[in-house]
Amino acid sequence: MSAWRSTGRVHWGWFFTAAAVLLLLPLVVDTHGPTVLLIWALFALSLGLMWGYAGLLSFGHSAYFGLGAYAYAIAAVNVGESTLPLLLAVLVPALLAAVLGAMMFYGRISDVYMSVITLVVTLILFKFMSATAGDAYRIGDARLGGFNGIPGFPTLNLPGSPEISLFGTPTYYVCAVALLACYLLCRWVLARSFGRVLVGIRENEERCALMGYDVAAYKTAIFTLSAAMAGLAGCLFANWAEIVTPSVFSLRQAAEVIIWVIVGGLGTLVGPVIGAIVLGMVKLLLGEQTTFDNALILGLLLIVVVLAIPRGVVPALQRAWRWQRQRSRHAAANPRRRLGGAAEMRR
Amino acid sequence: MTGVVETRDLMLRFGGVVAVNNVSFTLGERELRCLIGPNGAGKSSFFKCLTGQHLPGRVSGRVLIRGQDVADLRAHRIVRLGVGIKTQVPSLMNGLTVEENIWLAARRTHGFAGGAAATQELIAELELGPIARQTAGELAHGWRQMVEIGVVLVQRPWLILLDEPAAGMTGDEVERLVGLIRRINQTAAVIVVDHDMAFVRMLSSMVTVFHQGAILVEGAANRVLDDARVREVYLGNRTT
Repeated sequence: MSAWRSTGRVHWGWFFTAAAVLLLLPLVVDTHGPTVLLIWALFALSLGLMWGYAGLLSFGHSAYFGLGAYAYAIAAVNVGESTLPLLLAVLVPALLAAVLGAMMFYGRISDVYMSVITLVVTLILFKFMSATAGDAYRIGDARLGGFNGIPGFPTLNLPGSPEISLFGTPTYYVCAVALLACYLLCRWVLARSFGRVLVGIRENEERCALMGYDVAAYKTAIFTLSAAMAGLAGCLFANWAEIVTPSVFSLRQAAEVIIWVIVGGLGTLVGPVIGAIVLGMVKLLLGEQTTFDNALILGLLLIVVVLAIPRGVVPALQRAWRWQRQRSRHAAANPRRRLGGAAEMRR
Repeated sequence: MTGVVETRDLMLRFGGVVAVNNVSFTLGERELRCLIGPNGAGKSSFFKCLTGQHLPGRVSGRVLIRGQDVADLRAHRIVRLGVGIKTQVPSLMNGLTVEENIWLAARRTHGFAGGAAATQELIAELELGPIARQTAGELAHGWRQMVEIGVVLVQRPWLILLDEPAAGMTGDEVERLVGLIRRINQTAAVIVVDHDMAFVRMLSSMVTVFHQGAILVEGAANRVLDDARVREVYLGNRTT
């Protein structure tokens, strides 16, 4: 099957079913856990877009997640409401990604070197933010707080109404809308020429350049869009946690999102979302017990999935679904043979 | 003489190794030229100097395409001048179908909708219909060569650079390719890099022979291929 046949197609039936489930979920469960699962899903979606469709693996995608969280917290402390900080949480990571991406891709750095550079950026941000304790490290009224981070910043409010803050279920709905909107945005991007060229770049970068496409510009653009989405996820995470600490830049965070994408299924948009939600649930459940180490269980799960279904859960389900449909069609087209086969079996 | 492609004192070095040594070359409007030479003669390195596939800084001298110096340009900017490039090893998007590979090339020059019409036209022209829905990764080598040529031609370039287009093709496919190259040469200048003497004879064009990174001899195919120096660099001291 062609690599781009389904890149831009939205299965509206599945989409509205998912939207309905998200809408009704708060009626049956507490929204605190589901909210962070949606945030992680958005974070995984941002990496899945870049890695799965343009072939760009960032080992340090948490840099943009963390920058989004910090940009929101710092701006919210200074501004006192959430509209401008929300915009900054998207723009600041996007700007860093645009500059870093242009430097790397126009500098002909790609593959593993790009992954290592992004990892180093995350580690630098983690080290720097961890070393910002003390009154000297402040931006406006916001103290960066070193390892303790920034607590107590204003959370999301209705745009233009700082006095109406969003907590609990409204925050859950904001996250659900953000995830669904970003999913549709990704589908829209992939359905355009831009998305098809991205898949072409993933398949054969040299040939794309020899077709006259500015490969570095395309890579920089998708790198920037992906960082903006990760920044939005970071901002929502800050609002959910109501504190931002350097752990948002941690190696653990950087590794987890890669695992979510691999397990869910690289080269799909739904895969990373499912991977993040399922493994996120496992992580939340394991977090409540002390018998087994959380990271060990997740690591074992990754090994099992990679060995059993190397392309991930969603592509495996899609293949099984296609195979079943083909089999049904074939059986419908040859009823006599099917009956014959049944008779043969009876004999 | 002013040509569509000119190089002046072109040098390409890899550390202490000189792959292209002081080459001055001219290709005229709608000319068909074959670059030949034994393995390691420098013809593919020279080809890559024309196509911007070398890192800047390694190339010195001038490479002019219709008067514009392209020595420091990246490949995509050279292509946008109207140059079509086929690489030595067939370079396709293996996960995409033949149709999609050609559409992606057509889309840049013909637009999103126009690309589809241009793709179908080219598929018919090159008789690629039976394999149009197959992914490029499933194709045999000869078909891959033909599809890559299609990817080049659908952009309607005025200068076409083909590196070993006949490699791995059957006799019938080579004959078809020769006819195709002659046909496209009616509207475009063409450079063909190859070391297959029989293929070069079939094209019966002007020939430039490379040896040790430099031009050894230039001239009409029959005269050059019978030249004693050319026979010597190809075959050693044997004359048969």
